[in-house]
Amino acid sequence: MGAGHGHKLHYHGHSLIHRLPAHAKVLALLGFMLTVVATPRTWWPVFAGYLLVLAVVIALSQVPPLYLVKRMVIELPFVVFAVLMPFIATGPRTELLGLTVSEPGLLAGWALLVKGTLGVLASLTLAATTEPRELLRGLERLRLPTELVSILGFMIRYLDVVTDEMRRMRIARESRGFRASSPRHWPVVARSAGALFIRSYERGERVHLAMVARGYTGSLPHTEHDSRRR
Amino acid sequence: MTTPVLDVRGLGYAYPDGHQALFGVDLHVHEGERVALLGPNGAGKTTLVLHLNGILTPGAGTVAVSGLPVTKQHLQEVRRRVGVVFQDPDDQLFMGTVRDDVAFGPANHGVKGQALESRVHDALDQVGMGDFADRPPHHLSFGQRRRVAVATVLAMEPEILVLDEPSSNLDPASRRELADILRHLDVTVLMVTHDLPYALELCPRSVVLSDGMMVADGPTREVLTDRALMAAHRLELPFGFDPHAVRSPRVG
Repeated sequence: MGAGHGHKLHYHGHSLIHRLPAHAKVLALLGFMLTVVATPRTWWPVFAGYLLVLAVVIALSQVPPLYLVKRMVIELPFVVFAVLMPFIATGPRTELLGLTVSEPGLLAGWALLVKGTLGVLASLTLAATTEPRELLRGLERLRLPTELVSILGFMIRYLDVVTDEMRRMRIARESRGFRASSPRHWPVVARSAGALFIRSYERGERVHLAMVARGYTGSLPHTEHDSRRR
Repeated sequence: MTTPVLDVRGLGYAYPDGHQALFGVDLHVHEGERVALLGPNGAGKTTLVLHLNGILTPGAGTVAVSGLPVTKQHLQEVRRRVGVVFQDPDDQLFMGTVRDDVAFGPANHGVKGQALESRVHDALDQVGMGDFADRPPHHLSFGQRRRVAVATVLAMEPEILVLDEPSSNLDPASRRELADILRHLDVTVLMVTHDLPYALELCPRSVVLSDGMMVADGPTREVLTDRALMAAHRLELPFGFDPHAVRSPRVG
């Protein structure tokens, strides 16, 4: 959704937050999230406090707030769900702006909205201040299983390739006069998605072949070099 | 004569679906040679290449690399000796940085520390990409990625470099730059290509694979000027290209 550059999450900078080691940032994010999730949803002022903490971190990181806000569109489906909750949930009713809504639903919607927003904003801040590569190193230092780190690494590496392929397929469709304007067109889009899946799967096989050809036997060798920067 | 770097004898192969791709192929490549492997689409060129480093196992016949038979127990050493550069550099470059990608091959073969670092450095220098070691591969141009892909294989110090369509999708300048690099490499080369002028420019010798059989083996200029042979195997020179009008490739 949104701009074509939606996946460019990193904001280049040299602030204090940028320079913090990646594993410390990951741990901080995890701790922050657990605290937010564990906070009872009726402790209203505490959530304001959390937002303030985030705002200070963002200010320190010198990432323009608008840069983060734009990328928060990813939360939209959850927002829709949170807004619907007071209307669909059951239980005692209450008046809000002249509408009769479910009280537990209202509370649940609020909790989803506030906790989700804090989480998305915190994660975006981490992504904006940490290069994907550094993030992987951080996760490695945190002793995340190497298989998981490799999978994440592959994902980062091929995200651009696959998005590019997707864009080319869309351009090729549209060049032949196709516009996905009504549900009648969805089967075409679905077939494209299928084709993209097959292509990516085949690419996976070719990548594996190229790895095997260079002597890959099942575990990634350690190619880190300690004398490198940082 | 010395042991050939590449010794393929009577190689036959059928895919699991029953499609027979190779029918008794013979190919010998000696040290220091640059050989072009020509043939129309579907001739079995890629199938042949995948036998050279043991990805596919022959249905009949044998493959040996510098005297070492390509069998299960020698697989790792065979893959060090035979460096395959695949057609799409995006398939070959999968790490976060150019440096890690080039280090991948030698590290798989147990090279580490300072030795690994110098292998990476040398390989990147040979393809003129020394300044790009810390860049993520997907930020490079296509031509640069192709060169890095060559470096990832050079870093294993192979005895033979096998290139699958090295000039495909390159603009003319990148194509020439790659030719300059390949010409100055001190390694035996087998080059699979449809780009016949490229074959003439780089490879003194050419072999033609058609429908799973070797149908020609000789000096590139002679192969390219044999009209009957060319027509019989769907090989065509680009419009206006005359092999007689260009200089012979230098041997070695």
